[in-house]
Amino acid sequence: MTEKLNVFAVRTLTQKEYFAPGHRACQGCAEALAVRLVAKALGRNVIIASATGCMEVVSSPIPFTAWRVPWFHVAFENAAAVASGIESGLKVLMRKGRLPRKKIVTIALAGDGGTADIGLQALSGALERGHDFIYICTDNEAYMNTGIQRSSSTPFGASTTTSPAGKVKMGQITWKKNMPAIAAAHNIPYVATACPSYPIDLVEKVKKAASIEGPAYLHILSVCPTGWRSAPELSIKLGRLAVETGIFPLYEVEHGKYHLSIDFPRLRPIKEYIRLQGRFRHLTEEMIGQIEERVRKEYAELKEKAAKGVAR
Amino acid sequence: MGKRVGMEVSIAAAEAVKQANVDVISAYPITPQTHVVEHLSELVANGELDAEFFCVESEHSALSVCVGSEATGARSFTCTSSQGLALMSEITYIASALRLPIVMIIANRALSAPISIWNDHSDVMSIRDCGWIQFFAENGQDVYDHVFIAYRLAEDRNVLLPAIINMDGFTLSHVIEPIEFIEQEKIDRFLPPYQPVHRLHPDRPVSMGGIALPPIFTETKKAHEVALQGSMPKILETWKAFGDMTGRYYQPVETYKAEDAETIMVIMGSFGETASAAVDLMREEGRSVGLAKIRLWRPFPFEAFKQATLHAKQLVVIDRAISIGGPGGPVASEVKAALYGEPIRPVVYNFVAGLGGRDVSPSDFIKMVDKAEIEIEEGNREGYEIYGVRE
Ligand SMILES: Cc1ncc(C[n+]2csc(CCOP(=O)(O)OP(=O)(O)O)c2C)c(N)n1
Ligand code: SF4
Ligand SMILES: [Mg+2]
Repeated sequence: MTEKLNVFAVRTLTQKEYFAPGHRACQGCAEALAVRLVAKALGRNVIIASATGCMEVVSSPIPFTAWRVPWFHVAFENAAAVASGIESGLKVLMRKGRLPRKKIVTIALAGDGGTADIGLQALSGALERGHDFIYICTDNEAYMNTGIQRSSSTPFGASTTTSPAGKVKMGQITWKKNMPAIAAAHNIPYVATACPSYPIDLVEKVKKAASIEGPAYLHILSVCPTGWRSAPELSIKLGRLAVETGIFPLYEVEHGKYHLSIDFPRLRPIKEYIRLQGRFRHLTEEMIGQIEERVRKEYAELKEKAAKGVAR
Repeated sequence: MGKRVGMEVSIAAAEAVKQANVDVISAYPITPQTHVVEHLSELVANGELDAEFFCVESEHSALSVCVGSEATGARSFTCTSSQGLALMSEITYIASALRLPIVMIIANRALSAPISIWNDHSDVMSIRDCGWIQFFAENGQDVYDHVFIAYRLAEDRNVLLPAIINMDGFTLSHVIEPIEFIEQEKIDRFLPPYQPVHRLHPDRPVSMGGIALPPIFTETKKAHEVALQGSMPKILETWKAFGDMTGRYYQPVETYKAEDAETIMVIMGSFGETASAAVDLMREEGRSVGLAKIRLWRPFPFEAFKQATLHAKQLVVIDRAISIGGPGGPVASEVKAALYGEPIRPVVYNFVAGLGGRDVSPSDFIKMVDKAEIEIEEGNREGYEIYGVRE
């Protein structure tokens, strides 16, 4: 039902593009799709601070830009701090009457590396200070811009150029960092996960985040065919499988309360997801079993939190 | 004439930031910068200054916040020292290349290791090429005055570059000096609210901070170089306007009894007052010694420097930082480069002194001049040594 609705309802989205075509993302890049949907959801009255990473590089080769809204790139690890400054600058200038009062949404946009690793401190600081902004992490599960190196958001078992599958090691040996939980631990009003394979859900969450006062954090799983070694035409399907296998559940945490956006009475076997990606090619049945077990456990925990309606 | 008040220099600096009507302040505490930001937070807490004040989680973020706020058109300020500057150094290069007129005070302090909270210039020398306008203050009045000068200059549409005011840690930041305050109406006239050429705003969307491929990168650097070099006339003009308002006229290179001197000491920052005392003592003995104080470090005032020193037989350059494994101190390197093209030029003798808060008294300056004169007399024309090493 939700699936059908999603496919159909996409047509109800605005035709306007704020992240313009002509950018240089790879074919089938779901990170670019995520950004495009985010931009559609936000409309004109927005300022975006991007971290260094694929989305910055593909969208801004001087003198070109793919951005039809104000856009700013400063460095890799400081998108949250730059957004803090933008939000504060607007606030004080409006208070002092030097800018007309109007609602302008401030966005920090960063990859998983710019969020879970090098930018975590700046993010934590900005969330703690309570700036009125949305932090959006487009998670493609590695440092793609620099050539598919591991991040702390790379899933267990994935082969990357710095966690290669070799004779004695089987790719990434650590489990994916739970960024949404870290964000939620800052007691901010709104945290959500999303995936462009569920465009309506994603857009609704962006709009909700924009309407809420105070910091909001969105974590968007973004399939990267180049880094995942998957077929470009499978990006949407892979996003769906990530959700349907329970690997990447869609949920919200509103004022500490967990709520599953889509619940599955039965999760699909993770093999369906894993077998479509070259980065997992080397995984043994045993390792896949290990991952499945962990996914199920975490999904059950999440469901329990949602059922209780309480958090953390 | 404004009021003269005895005040700790850090507090006067914060008062200047208040009088400059800064909109956003973002900083992280580090000795000896702390009193500046503590006083600013007090001013904001008491409603005496209407600004957004953030004590952020690191210096890297402190400057990043300023970059964000400045890009919206808000006048932004930060202040740091030593390790803090090292941590934010990445963003210093970006702020200037993005042409954001942020003003930063650096309470200069040695860089670790070993960790030292005391003064030298190694912190700012580590970002020498960051593309900001860089001033060195000699005393508290300089620091206070240069907050207004720096903002007016930085925000000038023909300049649009951030500016650093170097204030020696402790020797300036923590001493009480008489400061002549400027009336607020005068400041408001001298420094009207910032009007950016471009700002981040949905009414006129712009993209800032894109990626430069090889066919364009060099041109962006050339533009930055032209802007910083080209700011010199504006700097002189701004100092002139400030002098007309206050009677305090500043120069890129200021001299003391140097006009006829055979030996000229060259220094930056708070060494100035002690070195002047040494000049007086040596003059009393009939020695031909003077002093040149470099107030403007970037853009380097090549012409003014040559004018001030070319007639001397020797220059004794006293650096407060060391370029380990290099040619001596950074000021001496610059001085030598400035003079190299001259057919007749003074011999340059270089001392590195006052590292990590080591006191340098008038008698130390005299000893350095003695030593340099003897060495040069004996034919050592490339002298460089670390002064006062205990053995
Ligand atoms: C301080 C710093 N360290 C390293 C880099 C190199 N670097 C640029 S982007 C990037 C990885 C980006 O990864 P992520 O944030 O996941 O974004 P993606 O490209 O995957 O979208 C790295 C390592 C940098 N620009 N700055
Ligand atoms: S490498 Fe991946 S994330 Fe980057 S542009 Fe290509 S598909 Fe998108
Ligand atoms: Mg990534």
